[in-house]
Amino acid sequence: MSTSASDLTSRDAENTRPGDLGIADAQTHGREVISLADQRESAGLVARTVVPLKHWGRWVFSALIVFVLAQLVWTLFTNPQWRWGVFAENFFDPAVIRGLWLTLWLTFASAIIGFALGAVLAIARMSRSPLLSSFAWGYIWFFRSIPLVVQLVIWYNLGYLFHTVGLGTPFTYDYWLIEFDTTRLISASVAAVLGLSLHQAAYSAEIIRGGLLAVDQGQLEAAAALGIPRARRFFHIVLPQAARAILPNAFNEVIGLLKGTSVVFVIALPELFYTVQVIYARNQQVIPLLLVAAAWYTIVTTLLSVVQFYIERYFARGSARELPPTPLQRLRAAFRRLTVRGTP
Amino acid sequence: MTTTIPPQGTAPAATGRVDIRGVHKSYGEHEVLHDVSLTIEPGSVVALLGPSGSGKSTLLRAVNHLETIQRGEITIDGEFIGYEQRGDKLYELREKHVLERRTRVGMVFQNFNLFPHLTAIQNVSEAPVALRRGTKAQIQERARELLARVGLADRANHYPRQLSGGQQQRVAIARALALDPDVLLFDEPTSALDPELVGEVLDVIRGLASSGTTLIIVTHEIGFAAEVADHVVFLDHGRIVEQGSPAQVLRSPEQARTQEFLDWVI
Repeated sequence: MSTSASDLTSRDAENTRPGDLGIADAQTHGREVISLADQRESAGLVARTVVPLKHWGRWVFSALIVFVLAQLVWTLFTNPQWRWGVFAENFFDPAVIRGLWLTLWLTFASAIIGFALGAVLAIARMSRSPLLSSFAWGYIWFFRSIPLVVQLVIWYNLGYLFHTVGLGTPFTYDYWLIEFDTTRLISASVAAVLGLSLHQAAYSAEIIRGGLLAVDQGQLEAAAALGIPRARRFFHIVLPQAARAILPNAFNEVIGLLKGTSVVFVIALPELFYTVQVIYARNQQVIPLLLVAAAWYTIVTTLLSVVQFYIERYFARGSARELPPTPLQRLRAAFRRLTVRGTP
Repeated sequence: MTTTIPPQGTAPAATGRVDIRGVHKSYGEHEVLHDVSLTIEPGSVVALLGPSGSGKSTLLRAVNHLETIQRGEITIDGEFIGYEQRGDKLYELREKHVLERRTRVGMVFQNFNLFPHLTAIQNVSEAPVALRRGTKAQIQERARELLARVGLADRANHYPRQLSGGQQQRVAIARALALDPDVLLFDEPTSALDPELVGEVLDVIRGLASSGTTLIIVTHEIGFAAEVADHVVFLDHGRIVEQGSPAQVLRSPEQARTQEFLDWVI
């Protein structure tokens, strides 16, 4: 492609020489010549080369970034303190994998519960009933106010507040119908899911509400005028359109949640971060094990980003006359161009 | 669809009669509709004219209960859309029942309001599918028929953004027809269109005029109103200033205000 482009410009340059002269003449000899050049141009005889603007700043900064990156890569290979051997040994360590699973499971469960509850809260917040809308506002206010770590520890220690929880006569502690021992009911993992998802719900509620508000009122009117039932109106007409505004933020939140799960180490739940801490406390290989955790978080985030791309693309249908090609499609197209040129 | 029911019901069971009696509506202090009464015969074509802010769109939207009114009543074949009459009281209906009754009234909006994430044919079949009006195949077949009727058979799988404004509005008309409504409401159907696209939409509406469906059209196209309407209503400041046949209202209006408006528009 680059060769053909340069061919084109060099040919253009040849063609344009007379025109360029025309301009030079015009500048030196005044008006008459200009009109002559204009005439030639309007007759379609002249095609001038365009000299692209040089962006010096970009070049300088790019060079600087490349330099810093090169330096970083150099230390990866030369500094023995990275201990890549230890990294490799522990990367697939069964304990690490178990921790990874717990991290994924916590993320998944909290995301599902958080977004489901968030959707209900968003709808309640937009309800015409002042009671519902205030409750939703209150929930969001409360759960956004208390730091996640604090919430987790509170849930974990709920037993101090209520030794048992259950159902029975209202406004008494007489649970004759069903009764649970709080510390046994709210184990570390239940406390983690509760804390993460209730916290997440408050944030997702606002994200979902934002998306719903972005849908044109006319869409609702048209659907109502067609007699489409309320639930279908929401799930079939409004939500798919709101999804375009919701998804980028929602994935941001899910990725945040994935990394946020590392906070549950405070209640001694052996997810990924807690697991590597346990291992490096034993073998003192702090950096390589933190790298193991970092690498796994990066891998999962990357996978989530790919999923995000395709989900967003699905919901973008109809939003443009033609969707831009995916990176894969672009790669394949480039490959095809190469092979076509390669076989003369 | 090819059989033509003559307007003003020689068929005794003709449906689509709209009765508007003593309708008032105001937003706070501002009165949008003032004691509006109008009887629309089944199968007739009524044009609502008037300067912007005269309340014609509000009146139209009140007919299918997209807009609530504070006084007066609007019935379609004797039935209220948003209420049920028991004794001399009107009881607000649950939304489910409002929607059921609303399906008898189709609406075409100024800004089309097509569902952008659905293709033309999905737009047309959305309501019949939602309300389970037949099998999937029947609904598809009927949607294709409707698209063909508005001249867009070959655009069935296009998304609204891949269509011109005129084409979008024609899809919107097909969508409004999908539930076989007795009454079709048009809210300035050509106002958002480029001048050269107005004709194709008007052609489709013209085709519907003799179909036996009652049409109520809010429009600024005076010539079109003169041509297709059986009855023309001129509103100003929320009141009906004048109504009658197009010849009477548009050619020799009795009210000075009507004449003034016509002079200004034409």
